[in-house]
Amino acid sequence: MSDVVLHGGLILLILSLAVMTVVTRDTFAAITAFVVYGMLLGLAWVALGSIDVALTEAALGSGITGALLLRAAVCLRDKEAAAEVRRPGRAAHRVSGLVCAAIAAGLAAMVLMLPDPAPSLAPAVMESLPATQVKNPVTGVLLAFRAWDTFLETVVLVLALVAVWGMTPDALWGGRPGELRQHAHDGPLVFLARVLPPVGVMLGIYLFWIGADEPGGKFQGGTILAAMWMLTLLAGLTDAPPVSRRWLRAAMVAGPATFLLAGLSGVVFASGLFAYPPGFAKPVILLIEAASTVSIGVTLCLLAIGPPSRPANR
Amino acid sequence: MSLALDIFTVVMVVAGLFFFYAGSIGMLRFPTVESRLHALTKADNLSVGFIALGVMPQMAEATDALKLLLAWALILFSSAAASQLIAIAARRNRRRDP
Repeated sequence: MSDVVLHGGLILLILSLAVMTVVTRDTFAAITAFVVYGMLLGLAWVALGSIDVALTEAALGSGITGALLLRAAVCLRDKEAAAEVRRPGRAAHRVSGLVCAAIAAGLAAMVLMLPDPAPSLAPAVMESLPATQVKNPVTGVLLAFRAWDTFLETVVLVLALVAVWGMTPDALWGGRPGELRQHAHDGPLVFLARVLPPVGVMLGIYLFWIGADEPGGKFQGGTILAAMWMLTLLAGLTDAPPVSRRWLRAAMVAGPATFLLAGLSGVVFASGLFAYPPGFAKPVILLIEAASTVSIGVTLCLLAIGPPSRPANR
Repeated sequence: MSLALDIFTVVMVVAGLFFFYAGSIGMLRFPTVESRLHALTKADNLSVGFIALGVMPQMAEATDALKLLLAWALILFSSAAASQLIAIAARRNRRRDP
């Protein structure tokens, strides 16, 4: 009974926030609704018992995506009024409404037609998990059984950053991203940026480390690291490095490169591509996760602060 | 002993809910940005604390209870800083267009 009330309330809140995100005319309010929606979606994942997905949803789906959207909203602020004037006509409204309704109906029909109980590979995963030496089945799936997919995911992040950097004006190529911020000596933001990062960095590393055996992992840990770096940048305590710096680029590709090397070494030392040598699976997985945590942290923060906007020498 | 701990949990969580409720009413009814922030952050921090303290005895391990305390401290810290920032931004906006 209490489950019905709790879960019912959660579903109602999530649905109304989803509607609010779409219906609200004000961009800032829509983004706020979207961030809260992501947080509640995280709670829903907790209720479903998927702590790993909940952490990822809260950190990436809600946190970093919210920061990216806010940046986009600030960039678009001046052009928004002009876009409001040129609202699409009634016919365009009707057609887009019909298309959206058709897609929603199609999705709903497909979900309702899913076989029950759903086909599951979970027993097979639990059976083979000891071979990977990690105790968290999600990490086992991500870094051993479906390593190829996860490798491509880490590559996609770097490619996204390359696309963002592609927006740089020619004259500023190799420059520093983000605005130059005056270093203030006091104020709540500076205080926050001084006190929070030590705790946050520890928490990020903890999430990566615990990921082998408990919910957590490189994406969740890396996101927290990215948030801590963003905080110090926002407060003006540090300045963003020029994008031409070699160490920065090395940090960006460290994760995918380590992953690829580990995958390729499987051809020599184990049974094939992305196979780990028996008995050494856990060290290899930890090495990949450690390098990926750094890369994800650096890449996410650089994604959020955008393309270079001023010369390298300020 | 466990009954006493359960009663403690119920009392603390109910107290936390009361402050959440009061803070929400304050946010809806108070006239200015600053007073609404005051109602929200003061009452919410208090209620999160009550709920964290109340749930602590129900944790299986001491480290889990400590994690709850850490979460409360982080919430306390970040919401205090965030409310200050919102208040500063609100004051700046008012100066720009009164």
